[in-house]
Amino acid sequence: MPFTPLHAWKERLDTGALTAVDVAKLYLERIARFNDRLNAFVHLDAEHVLAQAEASDIHRTKHGPRPLEGLPIAVKDIFCTQDGPTQCCSHILKDFHAPYDAHVITLLKKAGAVLVGKTNMDEFAMGSSNETSVFGPARNPWNEDCIPGGSSGGSASAVAAALAPAALGTDTGGSIRQPASLTGIVGLKPTYGRVSRRGIIAFASSLDQAGPMTACVRDAAMVAAAISGHDPMDATSVADAPDVDWLGACEATDMRGLRIGRPKEYFVDGMHPAVREAIDAALARCGELGATIVDISLPHTEYAVAAYYVIAPSEASANLARYDGVRFGHRNQAPDDLFDLYTRSRDEGFGAEVKRRILTGTFALSSGYYDAYYKKAQQVRTLIRQDFLNAFETVDVIATPTSPVPAFRLGEKTDDPLTMYLSDIFTIAVNLAGLPGLSQPCGFADDLPVGLQWIAPAWREDVLLSAAAAFEAASDWHARKPEAFQ
Amino acid sequence: MQIDVRKVANLARIRLTDDEASALGPQLNHILAYVDSLQQLDTKDVMPTAHPHDAAMPLRADIATNANRREALQAPAPATDSGLYVVPKVIE
Repeated sequence: MPFTPLHAWKERLDTGALTAVDVAKLYLERIARFNDRLNAFVHLDAEHVLAQAEASDIHRTKHGPRPLEGLPIAVKDIFCTQDGPTQCCSHILKDFHAPYDAHVITLLKKAGAVLVGKTNMDEFAMGSSNETSVFGPARNPWNEDCIPGGSSGGSASAVAAALAPAALGTDTGGSIRQPASLTGIVGLKPTYGRVSRRGIIAFASSLDQAGPMTACVRDAAMVAAAISGHDPMDATSVADAPDVDWLGACEATDMRGLRIGRPKEYFVDGMHPAVREAIDAALARCGELGATIVDISLPHTEYAVAAYYVIAPSEASANLARYDGVRFGHRNQAPDDLFDLYTRSRDEGFGAEVKRRILTGTFALSSGYYDAYYKKAQQVRTLIRQDFLNAFETVDVIATPTSPVPAFRLGEKTDDPLTMYLSDIFTIAVNLAGLPGLSQPCGFADDLPVGLQWIAPAWREDVLLSAAAAFEAASDWHARKPEAFQ
Repeated sequence: MQIDVRKVANLARIRLTDDEASALGPQLNHILAYVDSLQQLDTKDVMPTAHPHDAAMPLRADIATNANRREALQAPAPATDSGLYVVPKVIE
């Protein structure tokens, strides 16, 4: 019962077999029972959850159901919510209460969803393992000694262990897809500009995008449909974005006529052999479903991580300048003067990884280095975009592993920042190019989930969803659940 | 290329303890050495990408739409007085 996907809960609620309060109680009980082990939620107000569920049941009776009526959805601690704290898992935002809701939170409320708590994440979404959270790491339900991935690790852990049927994450360099891959769930990063960024605490503004993390492909489509659309108050939200038939795309059961690109640069030395085997087997299955697998090349792939670790920290250094100890957030209590107030508040408030990125970005943008670093990285970004545009001349969609390795152990990579950065080697180029990407379960390595990543042209989330839905219909990987949380 | 950590931290308005500075220096130089691989690529005449799509920056009508929410917006501030943010004295 707890592992019931979102769309099946919707059917049961719509037939009147259950109420939103019943469903909310079920998940609240599971959170109470399991969250100490997983640390997936960093804030939960059970009374408020039940109040929303009651209001939803009343709305259903009076006006009929909205698209997500009564469905519980957890959100990452990066989304501003007027209810409860929004802390971005950072000391600098300890006890911060946002004065407004993020646009996507408003949209979820309008769709009738019941918002459940705030999920754990790397501080300011800077990390690939959830280990930089000021609240301590979330854990992987498949092996509690392993990381759930990051930065949306709490959302991934919560959905994988059925502490919530669906969650929102954000993805700047893979932060939805990589944790989805490592915990055996579906994660969708929409095209940049599809989903409003207003009220989502900014990390790297030209890369950040919010999206769903769910138990299956159809659930991801349901949530994506609810949160997508132009927001006039976000200048990077695209006004004339082509819409897609989110749910219709999930009806696909075969891949006849689909041309899938297999980029050689994503099948590299150092990959876990069982990850490679799982991806090879998945692509063979796609072939049986009627797809043609085409070998392609994305020649600038090897430069993606380097370009990202100039662009993302540069934008972060600008975005995080607002935490000054004056308007909101942590403030040093005994500064000598105004300058001292800034520097001490920021030293005390930010964790080590956030400082590393702010300093990297400040250096890359500093006088005399801008052309050599930030501008150069943006030019390389153009080459990476062009690689994808060229590839999509001959294929409809690209398939790769989401991560070269399954979940690693807590503490395994915390000593060397660069090794941690390379965890995102297969997801980062998608953000640089602004494309939609989806990770879905496709096997196991060392008893830990392996994810298959789909990449489509801009605005073609329908292509991703159709490919993923057809694969899901022909496999049962998404139906495997971690035994310890049955 | 070696980063002067103290100078950059000063620009970023982050005070670093000596321990932090001595740990961050080698890490930042390691990261920088890695991103220097970008210099191998010839990017002469390549336009930089600032936004993933070729979208024009949208304009809206010049109409005030925000109500005055000063109290709500200042509620998270560590120190305010009469609608003003309080900071250490900057003028002698």
